[in-house]
Order: sequence, then C-alpha cells, then structure tokens
Amino acid sequence: MNALTMPIADGWTIARRNTRKIRRSPDLLGSAIMFPIVFVLMFAYVFGSVIDVPGMSYREFLLPGIFVQAVLVSAQVTGYTLTLDLQKGIFDRFRSLPMAPSGVLIGQTVSDLLMNLASLVVMAVMGLIVGWRVHTAPHEAVLGFGLLLLFAYAFSWFTATVALALRTPESFNNIATTLSFPLMFVSNAFLDSSDLPAPLRVVAEWNPVSTITQAARELFGNTSAAMKTADAWPLQHAVPASLLWIAVILVVFIPLATRLYKKAVSA
Amino acid sequence: MSDAITAEGLVKRYGEVTALDGLSFTVPRGTVLALLGPNGAGKTTTVRVLTTLLRPDGGRATVAGYDVVGDARRLRSSIGLSGQYAAVDEHLTGAENLEMIGRLYHLGAKRSKARARELLERFDLTDAANRPVKGYSGGMRRRVDLAGALVADPPVLFLDEPTTGLDPRARAALWDTISELVAAGSTLLLTTQYMEEADHLADQIMVVDHGRAIARGTADELKDQVGGSRIELTVTDAAELETARQALARFAAGAVRTVPESLQITVAVTDGPESLRQVLGLLADAGVRVRDAGLRRPTLDDVYLTLTGHQASGTDPQAREATR
Repeated sequence: MNALTMPIADGWTIARRNTRKIRRSPDLLGSAIMFPIVFVLMFAYVFGSVIDVPGMSYREFLLPGIFVQAVLVSAQVTGYTLTLDLQKGIFDRFRSLPMAPSGVLIGQTVSDLLMNLASLVVMAVMGLIVGWRVHTAPHEAVLGFGLLLLFAYAFSWFTATVALALRTPESFNNIATTLSFPLMFVSNAFLDSSDLPAPLRVVAEWNPVSTITQAARELFGNTSAAMKTADAWPLQHAVPASLLWIAVILVVFIPLATRLYKKAVSA
Repeated sequence: MSDAITAEGLVKRYGEVTALDGLSFTVPRGTVLALLGPNGAGKTTTVRVLTTLLRPDGGRATVAGYDVVGDARRLRSSIGLSGQYAAVDEHLTGAENLEMIGRLYHLGAKRSKARARELLERFDLTDAANRPVKGYSGGMRRRVDLAGALVADPPVLFLDEPTTGLDPRARAALWDTISELVAAGSTLLLTTQYMEEADHLADQIMVVDHGRAIARGTADELKDQVGGSRIELTVTDAAELETARQALARFAAGAVRTVPESLQITVAVTDGPESLRQVLGLLADAGVRVRDAGLRRPTLDDVYLTLTGHQASGTDPQAREATR
C-alpha cells in the first residue's frame, strides 16, 4: 500500500468500526434521528399554525431548515463518541499499529457522513409525510442533497476539532449545546430572518446555517416570490456562498483537527 | 543484531516531573524482561516511548532494529502492544475487534478474518466471538486485548500491567497464556507491580524507581543482592512485640520490619541459623512467648522493599508494614 491508498483503506476500516458502534448504540442513534423528527412535528404543527410565511406553506419553508439542523444534531453525537474514545485506550491501540495516522479522523468524518445520509433520508421521508415537496428539476434536488452532505462533511471536521480540544464528553456536551442552539435559532432555519431586530438580523444573515438553508431552499424550490430574500451577500448568492463556507471550514478545520488529534493522543 | 530492544539514556519530562531519568537497558532477542516498580516509577512511560506513543525528550531507543523516532512506521509493524486498560472497542464483538486490528496491520480482509478466528479459538473465546465485548468479563477482555497484540504475530511484544485488576484465577490463566507465547520465541517486555508475576514470567527483572533502573538481574540474583536470609518471627501478645523487636535488632543486618496487625517481625541477618538460635534463647529468657519463628530466603518483596524503600503492592494490601 502506498501513501495515498493507505489513509483511504485505513479510514474505511475506522469508518466501518464507527458505523457499527453507532448502529449498536440505540440511544445515540435515537437522539440523532428522533430529535429532528420531534422538531419537524413540533414546528410543523405547533409553530406552523401560528407562523405565517408569505406565499407558501410554512412546512415547505421549514424542511430545508430541519435538514440543516439534523446535521448539527448528528454532529453532536459523533463529537460525543470521539470524546468517549479519547477517554479509553483505543487510540493508543490505533497509534501502536502501522496504520496511517490520518486514517482515524478520515474514518471518523466518513462515518459521520454515512450517518448524516441516513438521517437525511429519514428527514426527507418525514417531510414528504407532512407535506414538503420538491418543486425543482430532479438534478437540482440532487444538488440540494449533495450540498447538504458536503456541508455535513465539512461540519464534522469542525465538530472533531471542538471534541479534540475539549477531550471530555461532559465538556463537549455542554459546549456543543451552547454553540448549536444560537447557530440554529439565530438563523433563517425556522423563521424569516428579516423579521428579526437589527443586530440579530445581521448575525442571522451571515450565519452559515442561514446560507446553507437558503441554498437548500433554492435548490428544492421551497421559496416564494412573495417573500423577499435579505440583501446580505451570502443570502443573495446562497449556493456559491455555501460552497465558499464549506471550503473555508475544510481548509481551516482539517489541519486544526489533525494537529489537535496528534496533541490529544500523545499526552 | 541480538538485542530486540535497546534503550540508551531515555529521558521524558512532564513539566516539573521527570518520568524517565536517563533509563538505559537492552532486551536480548527471545527473552522476557519485567520492569518492576511502584505506580509512577516510569514503567508505562517506558512502554509508551518504546511503542512510539510518546516521543522521548532525550536519549534513543530501537525496537527490532528500528528507531522509535525515525522509523516509527516500520517499528509498529514489528510490535504488538497490550495496554494497562484493555484497549478494545466495547461495542464491537471480539471477532470484529481482532479483524479490525488485522486490517490496520494491512493483513488484508481475508487473512484478518482467518487470523481473528484462529486467535479467538486459541484464547478460548470462540463462544463469545460474536457478542459485543461490552458483555465480557474482565479476564475475557484482557484476553481479547492480548490477542489484539498478537494479530500480526509480531517479533516483539509489550504488555503493560497485563493482569492488574484481574482476580487470581484469571491472572493465573493469563500467565499460562503468556508463558506459552514466550516459549514460542517472542521477545517480551512486561511491566508489573506484582512480584510473583515478574518471578513467574521473566528471565530478567529490572527494578525501576523515579525513572531510573536501580537493579537488574534474574530473580535469584536480585535476591542474593539484598543479601542473607531473613528471620521471621510471630509473637502471641502485642505487648511483647517491642521486646521481641529489640532482641532481633541486635542481630539485624538491615532494617527491622514490624507488622503490628499480624504481630510479625522480619529482619535480615548474616548468620541465619546461629542468629535464630540466639534470638530464641534471648526471648525465652525474657519470657516472650513465640508463636512462630523461622528462617527464609529473601523474596522479591524484600528486594523491592530494600531497593525502593516502599512496599510493593499486590502482596497483601492489609499488611501495612512499618519500617523502623
């Protein structure tokens, strides 16, 4: 095996291990999938009956936001399992083996991606049940899901960075919750961000969650002419802005996570 | 190249604490070296440096001819490590754990599977092979972990406190397994806090304290090094302990150890039989009733105590011996 195939082969071995692990932890799998399902139902039926979006049904508006939210939720699960691994001797085992050191994080992020794919399928089916529809051409819809998965993959490098910096499951859970709630709610995921007061509105408009959500809405056709898109550049050019966000996250957090991994395991 | 492991002046510091303080040793191919020492002596740090998990701050070391810093990748292909706490994945089955390790040694899918089956059979885990490790007993976990170290059949093995926390029966069973491995010609570096374990498994024992080697030899050589025989005496009444201690102190060649809980006194003497005769005479004159008295060769426990100044764990945790 050469320097190029080894990280891939080893990463795949680790990814298989992680997916098996998650499959066998019903509590983790449950929270990753159940949480967004509960959100779909709650927002669709409780908030949806109060919130009015001009020109379209709230559920159609909501679902792309829920897709992005599901990515944030499942990231919490995988970050948590990473900190659990750090507490045990398993990384010592890996590091004493002639495997590619990068294989561990590649495996971690690839298994995250598989889990996100599974949860996205569940969310999409759930959405179709409550009345969400794709109004664009099939290839655009595929691009929509592709963009969501790309974002999910990039985001899991961010999660891994946070997990490796904090190292304990308890502190990770605390920080993940305090970080993800503002990310999720100070955005356009659940409501029209242009209704927010000025400072919050600016934050929401530049929040990457809003950018990805807006891009997904455009690619699935869950937008309406009656609803004005905010003037902020990332929302006006949601798809390229999303790709830019994804690229920036990858460029910053792949090296950072790699460095923190080395530091965390060699202590 | 007859030494499987060489270490020259290894130094590792954690801030103010010096974990390894210029440790040097070699392990000839096909032999077993036990690192014996209390918690914090530097045993685990030594293993972590030699298995490339930790970079030394100073000195150099090779394993199977490969430098621990410069040749880490190739070195890892030649070693197997079984850690202090079982480094197996709880959610995976025994078979899946071993297969994964095989793949990460790059044995290929088919050989990894076959090797996992082989090892599970050898370690008497076939029945549990397809159950998650979560449900295994402590002894079974250690066996899976040890099997993990053997997946690639590496020439050099590192076992870091392989039996710590196991019950006596599981420990004895693991000793048998390790003995078989060693008989097959592997080089083994073992760390332990247990005298009997080092005595049982190792060709050579190195006593480590504060990151330095303070003695090395076979169990017998180490025992000779601390000299002479021991008089061990038990009195019937706690009130007589002090009288007996004073009588024994007159013949002592080293420290007198008293265990008040068991009314026992131990002392190293030069001329064993003669000293014992005189001590018993003195005590009879003083009217001290002796319940038990005897002469014995020093144990590794005595070696340890003499060399490090602290009591080894793993003998009898109840015996809080006072050195006076």
